[in-house]
Amino acid sequence: MDIPYTVEVRRDTGLTNGKIGIWLFLASEVMLFGALFASYILIRTGSPSWPRGDSILNVPLATFNTIVLISSSITMVMAWASLMRRRLGTFRLYMGGTIFLGFVFLTVKYFEYSHKFHDGLFPSSNNFLAIYFTLTGLHMLHVAGGMAVNAYFLGPGSKLYKTNPVWFTNRVENSGLFWHFVDLVWIFLFPTLYLL
Amino acid sequence: MTTDHAADLGDHAADLDKHVRVYLIVFVALMVLTIVTVAIARVHLPLPIAVSLALLVATIKGSLVACYFMHLVSEKKLILAVLTLTAVFFAVLLALPILTYSDGFGTHP
Repeated sequence: MDIPYTVEVRRDTGLTNGKIGIWLFLASEVMLFGALFASYILIRTGSPSWPRGDSILNVPLATFNTIVLISSSITMVMAWASLMRRRLGTFRLYMGGTIFLGFVFLTVKYFEYSHKFHDGLFPSSNNFLAIYFTLTGLHMLHVAGGMAVNAYFLGPGSKLYKTNPVWFTNRVENSGLFWHFVDLVWIFLFPTLYLL
Repeated sequence: MTTDHAADLGDHAADLDKHVRVYLIVFVALMVLTIVTVAIARVHLPLPIAVSLALLVATIKGSLVACYFMHLVSEKKLILAVLTLTAVFFAVLLALPILTYSDGFGTHP
């Protein structure tokens, strides 16, 4: 049985089911990260003293990672725009670039984490590091998840383009929405954890 | 046969070119605002002002990503309604720590 409303929009919502599905999922993600941000505010305001992020964390590396993630958002949206123009080759270039930039982001985080562990700084060391590792760790999992989905669309998933290019374009758009959300979360994590 | 944004954008190359130009402008704006964020932190302002400014810039950046990269400026009302509801619950979630302190119970006089 075919999955309904993957290409045609529903008359009652004006949307495809996939579009509604991804936005509802993102709404739940807002609440997930919102709960952690609320915990961060509670723990920080309840603490008699709190270190500035830049006294413990590596701001230049995090700034570099911010630039990397923002760049990956533009390559992601360009990948989708390429499919709208029915240019599969250009799509592959941009999607490959998005995955590569995600890989660069995770590699930088790996070095950041390694440096902290080497210095004996663990999530159990203090509340600041507990919040830092929880929020950035969860964010890293999202980056890795987004990369896996994007890699699928770059590889075996792209077979769908030959038989149903519109459905494939919709799938890539939904994957892009998740990727941009991950970028959006980092936009808030960067100043609140590293700079303040 | 139509899709959400295929219908909105049309399949015209000129429409897409216009959108791509907007994406590039937003990208440059995000880069500039990232530099502004770091510059604000380097000034070492009093914490309440630093937090307010940092969150203001982050909110502008987040709005640019949501509105243009995630196409919220041209999204259907149902999606906007879902997100409005989410924003209300998100605000309640962030207000909980403030309520915890304003009840005057426990160690806070």
